[in-house]
Amino acid sequence: MRDLSKSFGGLRAVKAVSFDAPEGGITALIGPNGAGKTTTFAMAAGFIAPDSGTVSFQGTDVTGWRPDRIAALGMVRTFQVTQPFAGLTVMENIRVGAYLRTPDRRAAEAVAREVGTRLGLGAMLDREASALTVAGRKRLEVARALATGPSLLLLDEVMAGLNPSEINEIVAMIRAVRDGGVTILLIEHIMQAVAALADTVHVLADGALIASGTPREIASDRAVIEAYLGRGAADRMARDA
Amino acid sequence: MRHWPVVLAVVAALLPFFSPSQYLVNLAMLTVLSALIGQSWNLAGGFGGLTSFGHAVFFGMGAYAAAILQTRFGWSPWLALPASVALGAATGAVIGIAAFRAGLRGSYFALVTLAVAEGCRILANSLEITKGGLGILVPLRPGLANFQFLDRRAMYAVALGLLTAAMLVTWQIARSRFGARLVAARENEDAAAALGVDLVRTKVMLLALSGGMAAPAGVVYAQSYLYVDPSIAFGAERSVEMLLVAMIGGAGTLWGPVLGAVALHLIEDASRALIATPGFAPMVYGFVLLLIIAVLPKGIAGVRRG
Repeated sequence: MRDLSKSFGGLRAVKAVSFDAPEGGITALIGPNGAGKTTTFAMAAGFIAPDSGTVSFQGTDVTGWRPDRIAALGMVRTFQVTQPFAGLTVMENIRVGAYLRTPDRRAAEAVAREVGTRLGLGAMLDREASALTVAGRKRLEVARALATGPSLLLLDEVMAGLNPSEINEIVAMIRAVRDGGVTILLIEHIMQAVAALADTVHVLADGALIASGTPREIASDRAVIEAYLGRGAADRMARDA
Repeated sequence: MRHWPVVLAVVAALLPFFSPSQYLVNLAMLTVLSALIGQSWNLAGGFGGLTSFGHAVFFGMGAYAAAILQTRFGWSPWLALPASVALGAATGAVIGIAAFRAGLRGSYFALVTLAVAEGCRILANSLEITKGGLGILVPLRPGLANFQFLDRRAMYAVALGLLTAAMLVTWQIARSRFGARLVAARENEDAAAALGVDLVRTKVMLLALSGGMAAPAGVVYAQSYLYVDPSIAFGAERSVEMLLVAMIGGAGTLWGPVLGAVALHLIEDASRALIATPGFAPMVYGFVLLLIIAVLPKGIAGVRRG
Protein backbone atom coordinates (compact mmCIF):
# COMPACT_ATOMS: atom_id res chain seq x y z
CA MET A 1 0.00 0.00 0.00
CA ARG A 2 1.44 3.35 -0.97
CA ASP A 3 0.37 6.78 0.30
CA LEU A 4 -3.22 5.76 0.93
CA SER A 5 -5.43 8.63 2.03
CA LYS A 6 -9.14 8.97 2.70
CA SER A 7 -11.26 11.76 4.12
CA PHE A 8 -14.84 11.64 5.29
CA GLY A 9 -16.13 15.19 5.08
CA GLY A 10 -13.59 17.25 7.01
CA LEU A 11 -12.15 14.27 8.85
CA ARG A 12 -8.93 12.90 7.41
CA ALA A 13 -9.39 9.28 8.43
CA VAL A 14 -6.27 7.92 6.77
CA LYS A 15 -3.24 10.09 5.92
CA ALA A 16 -0.66 8.87 3.40
CA VAL A 17 -0.28 5.39 4.86
CA SER A 18 2.27 3.06 3.25
CA PHE A 19 3.22 -0.48 4.25
CA ASP A 20 3.70 -3.99 2.90
CA ALA A 21 2.43 -7.42 3.86
CA PRO A 22 5.29 -9.74 2.86
CA GLU A 23 4.32 -13.05 1.29
CA GLY A 24 4.10 -15.97 3.71
CA GLY A 25 4.19 -13.82 6.82
CA ILE A 26 1.78 -12.39 9.37
CA THR A 27 1.67 -8.61 9.40
CA ALA A 28 -0.36 -6.73 11.99
CA LEU A 29 -1.92 -3.29 11.85
CA ILE A 30 -2.68 -1.97 15.32
CA GLY A 31 -3.79 1.31 16.80
CA PRO A 32 -6.31 2.91 19.15
CA ASN A 33 -10.00 3.13 18.30
CA GLY A 34 -10.69 5.44 15.40
CA ALA A 35 -7.10 5.30 14.15
CA GLY A 36 -8.24 4.38 10.64
CA LYS A 37 -7.42 0.66 10.66
CA THR A 38 -10.72 -0.59 9.29
CA THR A 39 -10.83 2.23 6.72
CA THR A 40 -7.37 1.19 5.52
CA PHE A 41 -8.64 -2.39 5.21
CA ALA A 42 -11.75 -1.33 3.39
CA MET A 43 -9.61 0.55 0.85
CA ALA A 44 -7.31 -2.44 0.38
CA ALA A 45 -10.23 -4.80 -0.29
CA GLY A 46 -12.09 -2.41 -2.61
CA PHE A 47 -14.98 -1.47 -0.32
CA ILE A 48 -13.95 2.19 -0.19
CA ALA A 49 -12.15 4.03 -2.97
CA PRO A 50 -9.10 5.92 -1.64
CA ASP A 51 -8.85 9.67 -2.32
CA SER A 52 -5.21 9.15 -3.28
CA GLY A 53 -2.54 6.49 -3.15
CA THR A 54 -2.36 3.00 -4.59
CA VAL A 55 -3.00 -0.55 -3.49
CA SER A 56 -1.04 -3.23 -5.31
CA PHE A 57 -1.33 -6.93 -4.88
CA GLN A 58 1.20 -9.37 -6.32
CA GLY A 59 2.40 -6.71 -8.72
CA THR A 60 -1.08 -5.72 -9.94
CA ASP A 61 -2.42 -2.25 -9.22
CA VAL A 62 -5.88 -2.98 -7.77
CA THR A 63 -6.67 0.56 -6.58
CA GLY A 64 -10.37 1.26 -7.01
CA TRP A 65 -11.25 -2.29 -8.14
CA ARG A 66 -14.55 -3.82 -7.05
CA PRO A 67 -14.37 -6.13 -4.00
CA ASP A 68 -15.39 -9.21 -5.99
CA ARG A 69 -12.62 -8.69 -8.54
CA ILE A 70 -10.06 -8.24 -5.78
CA ALA A 71 -11.36 -11.39 -4.09
CA ALA A 72 -11.07 -13.28 -7.38
CA LEU A 73 -7.45 -12.18 -7.60
CA GLY A 74 -6.81 -13.71 -4.16
CA MET A 75 -7.11 -10.92 -1.57
CA VAL A 76 -10.09 -11.56 0.73
CA ARG A 77 -11.23 -9.69 3.83
CA THR A 78 -13.28 -10.58 6.89
CA PHE A 79 -15.46 -8.17 8.83
CA GLN A 80 -14.98 -6.85 12.34
CA VAL A 81 -18.72 -7.01 12.92
CA THR A 82 -19.39 -10.55 11.73
CA GLN A 83 -21.67 -10.72 8.70
CA PRO A 84 -23.05 -14.27 8.50
CA PHE A 85 -25.68 -15.19 5.92
CA ALA A 86 -28.07 -15.72 8.81
CA GLY A 87 -30.73 -17.94 7.22
CA LEU A 88 -28.17 -20.35 5.79
CA THR A 89 -26.36 -23.23 7.46
CA VAL A 90 -22.71 -22.95 8.39
CA MET A 91 -21.77 -25.21 5.47
CA GLU A 92 -23.83 -23.10 3.02
CA ASN A 93 -22.13 -19.97 4.33
CA ILE A 94 -18.67 -21.37 3.69
CA ARG A 95 -19.79 -22.80 0.33
CA VAL A 96 -20.44 -19.26 -0.98
CA GLY A 97 -16.71 -18.67 -0.58
CA ALA A 98 -15.79 -22.01 -2.15
CA TYR A 99 -17.92 -21.23 -5.22
CA LEU A 100 -15.36 -18.58 -6.18
CA ARG A 101 -13.05 -21.32 -7.46
CA THR A 102 -15.53 -23.91 -8.74
CA PRO A 103 -19.02 -23.78 -10.25
CA ASP A 104 -19.62 -27.38 -9.16
CA ARG A 105 -21.92 -27.85 -6.18
CA ARG A 106 -20.37 -31.07 -4.90
CA ALA A 107 -16.83 -29.76 -5.22
CA ALA A 108 -17.76 -26.51 -3.44
CA GLU A 109 -19.52 -28.44 -0.69
CA ALA A 110 -16.49 -30.70 -0.21
CA VAL A 111 -14.22 -27.64 0.11
CA ALA A 112 -16.68 -26.04 2.55
CA ARG A 113 -16.80 -29.15 4.75
CA GLU A 114 -13.03 -29.56 4.68
CA VAL A 115 -12.32 -25.90 5.56
CA GLY A 116 -15.08 -25.81 8.18
CA THR A 117 -13.78 -28.94 9.87
CA ARG A 118 -10.21 -27.65 9.76
CA LEU A 119 -11.28 -24.43 11.51
CA GLY A 120 -13.15 -26.29 14.24
CA LEU A 121 -16.71 -25.86 12.94
CA GLY A 122 -17.16 -29.55 12.11
CA ALA A 123 -19.95 -30.16 14.58
CA MET A 124 -21.84 -27.04 13.49
CA LEU A 125 -21.70 -27.47 9.70
CA ASP A 126 -25.38 -28.32 9.29
CA ARG A 127 -26.71 -25.89 11.89
CA GLU A 128 -27.98 -22.44 11.01
CA ALA A 129 -25.26 -19.79 11.13
CA SER A 130 -27.40 -17.72 13.49
CA ALA A 131 -27.01 -20.48 16.12
CA LEU A 132 -23.26 -19.86 16.41
CA THR A 133 -21.63 -18.23 19.43
CA VAL A 134 -19.53 -15.08 18.97
CA ALA A 135 -16.37 -17.20 18.76
CA GLY A 136 -18.09 -19.49 16.28
CA ARG A 137 -19.08 -16.53 14.10
CA LYS A 138 -15.50 -15.29 14.07
CA ARG A 139 -14.38 -18.73 12.93
CA LEU A 140 -17.08 -18.71 10.27
CA GLU A 141 -15.81 -15.35 8.96
CA VAL A 142 -12.33 -16.82 8.56
CA ALA A 143 -13.62 -20.12 7.14
CA ARG A 144 -15.72 -18.39 4.47
CA ALA A 145 -12.79 -16.22 3.42
CA LEU A 146 -10.40 -19.17 3.47
CA ALA A 147 -12.74 -21.25 1.29
CA THR A 148 -12.18 -18.78 -1.55
CA GLY A 149 -8.60 -20.05 -1.73
CA PRO A 150 -6.96 -16.67 -1.05
CA SER A 151 -3.26 -15.92 -1.13
CA LEU A 152 -3.72 -12.91 1.18
CA LEU A 153 -6.23 -12.89 4.01
CA LEU A 154 -7.24 -9.60 5.65
CA LEU A 155 -8.51 -10.35 9.16
CA ASP A 156 -10.38 -7.49 10.84
CA GLU A 157 -10.34 -7.97 14.64
CA VAL A 158 -11.14 -11.66 14.65
CA MET A 159 -10.32 -11.80 18.36
CA ALA A 160 -12.42 -8.90 19.60
CA GLY A 161 -15.04 -10.00 22.10
CA LEU A 162 -13.49 -13.42 22.77
CA ASN A 163 -12.32 -14.78 26.13
CA PRO A 164 -8.63 -15.68 26.71
CA SER A 165 -8.99 -19.39 25.99
CA GLU A 166 -10.94 -18.66 22.79
CA ILE A 167 -8.20 -16.20 21.80
CA ASN A 168 -5.55 -18.88 22.26
CA GLU A 169 -7.52 -21.19 19.99
CA ILE A 170 -7.92 -18.52 17.32
CA VAL A 171 -4.20 -17.66 17.51
CA ALA A 172 -3.38 -21.31 16.88
CA MET A 173 -5.90 -21.38 14.03
CA ILE A 174 -4.38 -18.31 12.37
CA ARG A 175 -0.89 -19.83 12.65
CA ALA A 176 -2.16 -23.00 11.02
CA VAL A 177 -3.68 -20.93 8.18
CA ARG A 178 -0.35 -19.15 7.67
CA ASP A 179 1.48 -22.49 7.70
CA GLY A 180 -0.92 -23.55 4.97
CA GLY A 181 0.68 -20.92 2.73
CA VAL A 182 -1.69 -17.97 3.14
CA THR A 183 -0.20 -14.55 3.79
CA ILE A 184 -2.02 -12.75 6.60
CA LEU A 185 -2.61 -9.10 7.34
CA LEU A 186 -4.56 -8.56 10.53
CA ILE A 187 -6.04 -5.68 12.43
CA GLU A 188 -6.05 -6.22 16.13
CA HIS A 189 -6.63 -4.47 19.39
CA ILE A 190 -5.29 -7.15 21.67
CA MET A 191 -1.56 -6.56 22.03
CA GLN A 192 -0.86 -9.97 23.58
CA ALA A 193 -2.30 -11.77 20.57
CA VAL A 194 -0.40 -9.58 18.13
CA ALA A 195 2.87 -10.23 19.99
CA ALA A 196 2.23 -13.96 19.73
CA LEU A 197 1.47 -13.89 16.02
CA ALA A 198 2.93 -11.09 13.98
CA ASP A 199 6.33 -10.86 12.32
CA THR A 200 5.92 -7.15 11.71
CA VAL A 201 3.64 -4.63 13.39
CA HIS A 202 2.55 -1.28 11.98
CA VAL A 203 0.97 1.22 14.32
CA LEU A 204 -1.69 3.62 13.14
CA ALA A 205 -2.78 6.64 15.20
CA ASP A 206 -5.08 9.43 14.01
CA GLY A 207 -4.88 8.08 10.49
CA ALA A 208 -1.07 8.20 10.23
CA LEU A 209 1.51 5.44 10.52
CA ILE A 210 3.59 6.27 13.61
CA ALA A 211 5.77 3.20 14.04
CA SER A 212 6.75 -0.08 12.38
CA GLY A 213 8.82 -2.95 13.70
CA THR A 214 8.80 -6.30 15.44
CA PRO A 215 6.26 -6.71 18.28
CA ARG A 216 9.09 -6.30 20.80
CA GLU A 217 10.30 -3.01 19.27
CA ILE A 218 6.77 -1.68 19.09
CA ALA A 219 6.01 -2.47 22.75
CA SER A 220 8.79 -0.13 23.88
CA ASP A 221 8.26 2.58 21.25
CA ARG A 222 7.67 6.03 22.77
CA ALA A 223 5.25 7.25 20.14
CA VAL A 224 3.19 4.07 20.41
CA ILE A 225 2.90 4.21 24.19
CA GLU A 226 1.80 7.85 23.99
CA ALA A 227 -0.73 7.10 21.29
CA TYR A 228 -2.31 4.37 23.40
CA LEU A 229 -1.97 5.81 26.88
CA GLY A 230 -1.83 9.56 26.35
CA ARG A 231 0.78 12.30 26.18
CA GLY A 232 3.51 11.98 28.80
CA ALA A 233 2.80 8.33 29.48
CA ALA A 234 6.15 7.19 28.14
CA ASP A 235 8.01 9.50 30.52
CA ARG A 236 5.95 8.39 33.49
CA MET A 237 6.56 4.74 32.66
CA ALA A 238 10.29 5.40 32.34
CA ARG A 239 10.32 7.16 35.73
CA ASP A 240 8.32 4.41 37.43
CA ALA A 241 10.59 1.71 36.07
CA MET B 1 -41.58 -40.53 0.85
CA ARG B 2 -39.74 -37.31 0.10
CA HIS B 3 -41.47 -36.92 -3.22
CA TRP B 4 -45.10 -37.11 -2.15
CA PRO B 5 -45.72 -33.35 -2.60
CA VAL B 6 -44.53 -33.60 -6.20
CA VAL B 7 -46.73 -36.64 -6.87
CA LEU B 8 -49.68 -34.86 -5.29
CA ALA B 9 -49.07 -31.73 -7.36
CA VAL B 10 -48.81 -33.70 -10.60
CA VAL B 11 -52.04 -35.59 -9.88
CA ALA B 12 -53.85 -32.36 -8.97
CA ALA B 13 -52.52 -30.66 -12.09
CA LEU B 14 -53.82 -33.48 -14.33
CA LEU B 15 -57.32 -33.64 -12.80
CA PRO B 16 -58.78 -30.72 -14.81
CA PHE B 17 -58.15 -32.65 -18.04
CA PHE B 18 -60.89 -35.06 -16.95
CA SER B 19 -63.31 -32.32 -16.01
CA PRO B 20 -66.17 -31.47 -18.36
CA SER B 21 -66.71 -28.15 -16.58
CA GLN B 22 -65.15 -25.23 -18.46
CA TYR B 23 -65.56 -23.19 -15.29
CA LEU B 24 -63.32 -25.53 -13.31
CA VAL B 25 -60.75 -25.74 -16.10
CA ASN B 26 -60.72 -21.95 -16.32
CA LEU B 27 -60.19 -21.70 -12.57
CA ALA B 28 -57.34 -24.20 -12.83
CA MET B 29 -55.77 -22.23 -15.67
CA LEU B 30 -55.94 -18.96 -13.75
CA THR B 31 -54.39 -20.71 -10.76
CA VAL B 32 -51.56 -22.08 -12.89
CA LEU B 33 -50.97 -18.63 -14.44
CA SER B 34 -50.86 -17.11 -10.95
CA ALA B 35 -48.34 -19.72 -9.86
CA LEU B 36 -46.26 -18.99 -12.96
CA ILE B 37 -46.08 -15.23 -12.44
CA GLY B 38 -45.77 -15.81 -8.70
CA GLN B 39 -42.72 -17.98 -9.36
CA SER B 40 -41.27 -15.17 -11.45
CA TRP B 41 -41.68 -12.78 -8.52
CA ASN B 42 -40.43 -15.44 -6.11
CA LEU B 43 -37.24 -15.96 -8.08
CA ALA B 44 -36.36 -12.27 -7.87
CA GLY B 45 -38.00 -11.32 -4.57
CA GLY B 46 -37.95 -14.56 -2.62
CA PHE B 47 -34.60 -16.05 -3.57
CA GLY B 48 -32.77 -12.86 -4.53
CA GLY B 49 -34.38 -10.36 -2.16
CA LEU B 50 -35.24 -8.00 -5.02
CA THR B 51 -38.60 -6.90 -3.66
CA SER B 52 -40.53 -5.64 -6.66
CA PHE B 53 -43.84 -3.79 -6.58
CA GLY B 54 -44.09 -3.61 -10.34
CA HIS B 55 -43.56 -7.13 -11.62
CA ALA B 56 -46.66 -6.74 -13.80
CA VAL B 57 -44.31 -5.02 -16.26
CA PHE B 58 -43.13 -8.40 -17.51
CA PHE B 59 -46.60 -9.92 -17.70
CA GLY B 60 -47.86 -6.83 -19.51
CA MET B 61 -44.99 -6.89 -22.00
CA GLY B 62 -45.92 -10.46 -22.88
CA ALA B 63 -49.62 -9.68 -23.24
CA TYR B 64 -49.04 -6.68 -25.49
CA ALA B 65 -46.35 -8.50 -27.46
CA ALA B 66 -48.84 -11.25 -28.31
CA ALA B 67 -51.61 -8.80 -29.22
CA ILE B 68 -49.50 -6.37 -31.24
CA LEU B 69 -47.37 -8.92 -33.08
CA GLN B 70 -50.41 -10.70 -34.52
CA THR B 71 -52.86 -7.85 -35.09
CA ARG B 72 -50.33 -5.39 -36.49
CA PHE B 73 -47.54 -7.49 -37.95
CA GLY B 74 -49.39 -10.67 -38.78
CA TRP B 75 -47.10 -12.94 -36.78
CA SER B 76 -48.28 -16.32 -35.63
CA PRO B 77 -49.25 -15.94 -31.97
CA TRP B 78 -47.10 -19.00 -31.23
CA LEU B 79 -44.05 -16.90 -32.07
CA ALA B 80 -45.14 -14.47 -29.38
CA LEU B 81 -44.08 -17.06 -26.77
CA PRO B 82 -40.33 -17.00 -27.50
CA ALA B 83 -40.53 -13.30 -28.41
CA SER B 84 -42.11 -12.51 -25.05
CA VAL B 85 -39.42 -14.44 -23.18
CA ALA B 86 -36.76 -12.38 -24.96
CA LEU B 87 -38.66 -9.13 -24.38
CA GLY B 88 -39.27 -9.89 -20.70
CA ALA B 89 -35.63 -10.81 -20.16
CA ALA B 90 -34.43 -7.69 -21.97
CA THR B 91 -36.79 -5.51 -19.92
CA GLY B 92 -35.55 -7.12 -16.72
CA ALA B 93 -31.94 -6.58 -17.73
CA VAL B 94 -32.53 -2.92 -18.59
CA ILE B 95 -34.35 -2.21 -15.31
CA GLY B 96 -31.66 -4.15 -13.45
CA ILE B 97 -28.73 -2.36 -15.06
CA ALA B 98 -30.30 1.04 -14.41
CA ALA B 99 -31.29 0.30 -10.81
CA PHE B 100 -28.37 -1.77 -9.58
CA ARG B 101 -25.60 0.24 -11.18
CA ALA B 102 -27.08 3.20 -9.34
CA GLY B 103 -26.87 1.10 -6.18
CA LEU B 104 -30.61 1.00 -5.53
CA ARG B 105 -31.89 -1.67 -3.19
CA GLY B 106 -34.63 -2.43 -0.71
CA SER B 107 -37.54 -0.04 -0.74
CA TYR B 108 -35.83 2.22 -3.32
CA PHE B 109 -35.73 -0.64 -5.78
CA ALA B 110 -39.36 -1.47 -4.95
CA LEU B 111 -40.39 2.12 -5.70
CA VAL B 112 -38.49 2.13 -8.98
CA THR B 113 -40.26 -1.03 -10.14
CA LEU B 114 -43.59 0.46 -9.11
CA ALA B 115 -42.78 3.59 -11.11
CA VAL B 116 -41.72 1.58 -14.17
CA ALA B 117 -44.96 -0.42 -14.12
CA GLU B 118 -47.06 2.71 -13.73
CA GLY B 119 -45.04 4.39 -16.47
CA CYS B 120 -45.77 1.46 -18.79
CA ARG B 121 -49.46 1.61 -17.94
CA ILE B 122 -49.61 5.32 -18.74
CA LEU B 123 -47.66 4.83 -21.95
CA ALA B 124 -49.93 1.99 -23.04
CA ASN B 125 -52.85 4.30 -22.28
CA SER B 126 -51.60 7.01 -24.60
CA LEU B 127 -49.66 5.34 -27.39
CA GLU B 128 -51.16 4.61 -30.78
CA ILE B 129 -49.54 1.18 -31.15
CA THR B 130 -51.30 -0.09 -28.00
CA LYS B 131 -54.58 1.54 -29.07
CA GLY B 132 -54.52 3.59 -25.87
CA GLY B 133 -57.14 3.05 -23.22
CA LEU B 134 -59.40 1.17 -25.63
CA GLY B 135 -57.08 -1.79 -25.52
CA ILE B 136 -56.46 -4.33 -28.26
CA LEU B 137 -59.04 -6.90 -29.34
CA VAL B 138 -57.57 -10.07 -30.79
CA PRO B 139 -59.94 -11.36 -33.50
CA LEU B 140 -61.54 -14.69 -32.64
CA ARG B 141 -60.14 -17.35 -34.99
CA PRO B 142 -60.04 -20.63 -33.12
CA GLY B 143 -57.54 -23.20 -34.28
CA LEU B 144 -54.24 -24.74 -33.32
CA ALA B 145 -52.32 -22.58 -35.82
CA ASN B 146 -53.81 -19.46 -34.24
CA PHE B 147 -53.10 -20.47 -30.65
CA GLN B 148 -56.80 -20.14 -29.82
CA PHE B 149 -58.82 -23.03 -28.48
CA LEU B 150 -62.53 -23.52 -27.97
CA ASP B 151 -61.78 -26.14 -25.34
CA ARG B 152 -60.13 -24.42 -22.38
CA ARG B 153 -58.22 -27.61 -21.55
CA ALA B 154 -55.82 -26.99 -24.44
CA MET B 155 -54.84 -23.57 -23.10
CA TYR B 156 -54.61 -25.08 -19.63
CA ALA B 157 -52.09 -27.58 -21.02
CA VAL B 158 -49.98 -24.73 -22.44
CA ALA B 159 -50.06 -22.87 -19.12
CA LEU B 160 -49.17 -26.04 -17.27
CA GLY B 161 -46.23 -26.63 -19.60
CA LEU B 162 -44.94 -23.11 -18.94
CA LEU B 163 -45.32 -23.54 -15.18
CA THR B 164 -43.48 -26.85 -15.33
CA ALA B 165 -40.63 -25.17 -17.21
CA ALA B 166 -40.57 -22.34 -14.64
CA MET B 167 -40.47 -24.85 -11.78
CA LEU B 168 -37.59 -26.74 -13.39
CA VAL B 169 -35.66 -23.52 -14.02
CA THR B 170 -36.19 -22.37 -10.43
CA TRP B 171 -35.23 -25.79 -9.08
CA GLN B 172 -32.01 -25.80 -11.08
CA ILE B 173 -31.17 -22.24 -10.05
CA ALA B 174 -31.79 -23.00 -6.38
CA ARG B 175 -29.21 -25.77 -6.44
CA SER B 176 -26.62 -23.98 -8.56
CA ARG B 177 -23.75 -21.63 -7.80
CA PHE B 178 -25.81 -18.77 -9.20
CA GLY B 179 -28.59 -19.62 -6.74
CA ALA B 180 -26.21 -19.77 -3.78
CA ARG B 181 -24.76 -16.42 -4.78
CA LEU B 182 -28.07 -14.64 -5.09
CA VAL B 183 -29.23 -15.96 -1.72
CA ALA B 184 -25.91 -14.76 -0.25
CA ALA B 185 -26.44 -11.34 -1.83
CA ARG B 186 -29.98 -11.26 -0.38
CA GLU B 187 -28.72 -12.06 3.12
CA ASN B 188 -25.72 -9.73 3.13
CA GLU B 189 -24.42 -7.78 0.14
CA ASP B 190 -21.08 -6.72 1.65
CA ALA B 191 -20.19 -10.21 2.79
CA ALA B 192 -21.17 -11.63 -0.61
CA ALA B 193 -19.01 -9.08 -2.43
CA ALA B 194 -16.09 -9.84 -0.12
CA LEU B 195 -16.37 -13.50 -1.13
CA GLY B 196 -16.17 -12.68 -4.81
CA VAL B 197 -19.84 -12.29 -5.78
CA ASP B 198 -20.34 -9.71 -8.54
CA LEU B 199 -23.48 -8.09 -7.13
CA VAL B 200 -24.60 -6.07 -10.16
CA ARG B 201 -24.10 -8.93 -12.60
CA THR B 202 -25.85 -11.44 -10.34
CA LYS B 203 -28.87 -9.23 -9.76
CA VAL B 204 -29.19 -8.12 -13.39
CA MET B 205 -29.13 -11.76 -14.53
CA LEU B 206 -31.70 -12.62 -11.90
CA LEU B 207 -34.10 -9.89 -12.93
CA ALA B 208 -33.68 -10.87 -16.60
CA LEU B 209 -34.52 -14.50 -15.79
CA SER B 210 -37.48 -13.42 -13.72
CA GLY B 211 -38.73 -11.17 -16.51
CA GLY B 212 -38.38 -13.91 -19.09
CA MET B 213 -40.38 -16.22 -16.85
CA ALA B 214 -43.39 -13.93 -16.35
CA ALA B 215 -43.79 -12.64 -19.89
CA PRO B 216 -45.21 -15.81 -21.53
CA ALA B 217 -47.99 -15.78 -18.92
CA GLY B 218 -49.10 -12.54 -20.56
CA VAL B 219 -49.18 -14.27 -23.95
CA VAL B 220 -51.37 -17.08 -22.60
CA TYR B 221 -53.65 -14.49 -21.01
CA ALA B 222 -54.02 -12.56 -24.27
CA GLN B 223 -54.74 -15.73 -26.24
CA SER B 224 -57.29 -16.93 -23.66
CA TYR B 225 -59.32 -13.77 -23.26
CA LEU B 226 -58.47 -12.15 -26.62
CA TYR B 227 -58.31 -8.71 -25.08
CA VAL B 228 -55.54 -6.60 -23.51
CA ASP B 229 -55.81 -3.14 -22.02
CA PRO B 230 -53.35 -1.05 -19.95
CA SER B 231 -54.82 -1.99 -16.55
CA ILE B 232 -55.04 -5.70 -17.32
CA ALA B 233 -51.44 -5.68 -18.51
CA PHE B 234 -49.64 -3.30 -16.18
CA GLY B 235 -52.11 -2.62 -13.35
CA ALA B 236 -50.85 -2.60 -9.78
CA GLU B 237 -53.35 -5.38 -9.00
CA ARG B 238 -51.33 -7.80 -11.12
CA SER B 239 -48.10 -6.83 -9.36
CA VAL B 240 -49.76 -7.34 -6.00
CA GLU B 241 -51.10 -10.72 -7.10
CA MET B 242 -47.58 -11.87 -8.03
CA LEU B 243 -46.14 -10.73 -4.73
CA LEU B 244 -49.03 -12.10 -2.69
CA VAL B 245 -48.93 -15.53 -4.30
CA ALA B 246 -45.24 -15.89 -3.44
CA MET B 247 -45.54 -14.47 0.08
CA ILE B 248 -48.63 -16.47 1.07
CA GLY B 249 -47.11 -19.66 -0.28
CA GLY B 250 -43.66 -19.04 1.12
CA ALA B 251 -41.16 -16.67 -0.49
CA GLY B 252 -37.81 -18.18 -1.33
CA THR B 253 -39.13 -21.74 -1.53
CA LEU B 254 -39.59 -23.77 -4.73
CA TRP B 255 -43.23 -24.75 -4.07
CA GLY B 256 -44.31 -21.53 -2.36
CA PRO B 257 -45.88 -19.85 -5.41
CA VAL B 258 -47.82 -23.01 -6.31
CA LEU B 259 -49.22 -23.35 -2.79
CA GLY B 260 -49.94 -19.63 -2.68
CA ALA B 261 -51.74 -19.62 -6.02
CA VAL B 262 -53.93 -22.59 -5.04
CA ALA B 263 -54.74 -21.04 -1.66
CA LEU B 264 -55.55 -17.61 -3.11
CA HIS B 265 -57.82 -18.87 -5.87
CA LEU B 266 -59.60 -21.32 -3.59
CA ILE B 267 -60.28 -18.63 -1.01
CA GLU B 268 -61.34 -16.12 -3.63
CA ASP B 269 -63.70 -18.45 -5.47
CA ALA B 270 -65.06 -20.10 -2.35
CA SER B 271 -65.93 -16.77 -0.76
CA ARG B 272 -67.57 -15.65 -4.01
CA ALA B 273 -69.55 -18.88 -4.34
CA LEU B 274 -70.65 -19.07 -0.73
CA ILE B 275 -71.58 -15.45 -0.12
CA ALA B 276 -74.22 -13.89 -2.30
CA THR B 277 -74.27 -10.43 -0.73
CA PRO B 278 -72.43 -8.08 -3.11
CA GLY B 279 -69.17 -6.64 -1.75
CA PHE B 280 -69.03 -9.13 1.07
CA ALA B 281 -66.87 -11.70 -0.68
CA PRO B 282 -63.82 -9.45 -1.15
CA MET B 283 -64.06 -8.58 2.54
CA VAL B 284 -63.91 -12.23 3.55
CA TYR B 285 -61.09 -12.72 1.08
CA GLY B 286 -59.12 -9.87 2.65
CA PHE B 287 -59.80 -11.14 6.14
CA VAL B 288 -58.57 -14.64 5.34
CA LEU B 289 -55.42 -13.16 3.76
CA LEU B 290 -54.71 -11.14 6.90
CA LEU B 291 -55.24 -14.26 8.97
CA ILE B 292 -52.76 -16.26 6.88
CA ILE B 293 -50.14 -13.53 7.10
CA ALA B 294 -50.61 -13.23 10.85
CA VAL B 295 -50.51 -16.97 11.55
CA LEU B 296 -47.98 -18.01 8.89
CA PRO B 297 -45.43 -15.21 8.46
CA LYS B 298 -43.19 -17.55 6.46
CA GLY B 299 -46.01 -18.66 4.20
CA ILE B 300 -47.63 -22.05 3.79
CA ALA B 301 -44.36 -23.72 2.77
CA GLY B 302 -42.79 -22.36 5.95
CA VAL B 303 -44.99 -24.60 8.11
CA ARG B 304 -43.16 -27.80 7.24
CA ARG B 305 -39.82 -26.31 8.20
CA GLY B 306 -41.20 -25.20 11.55
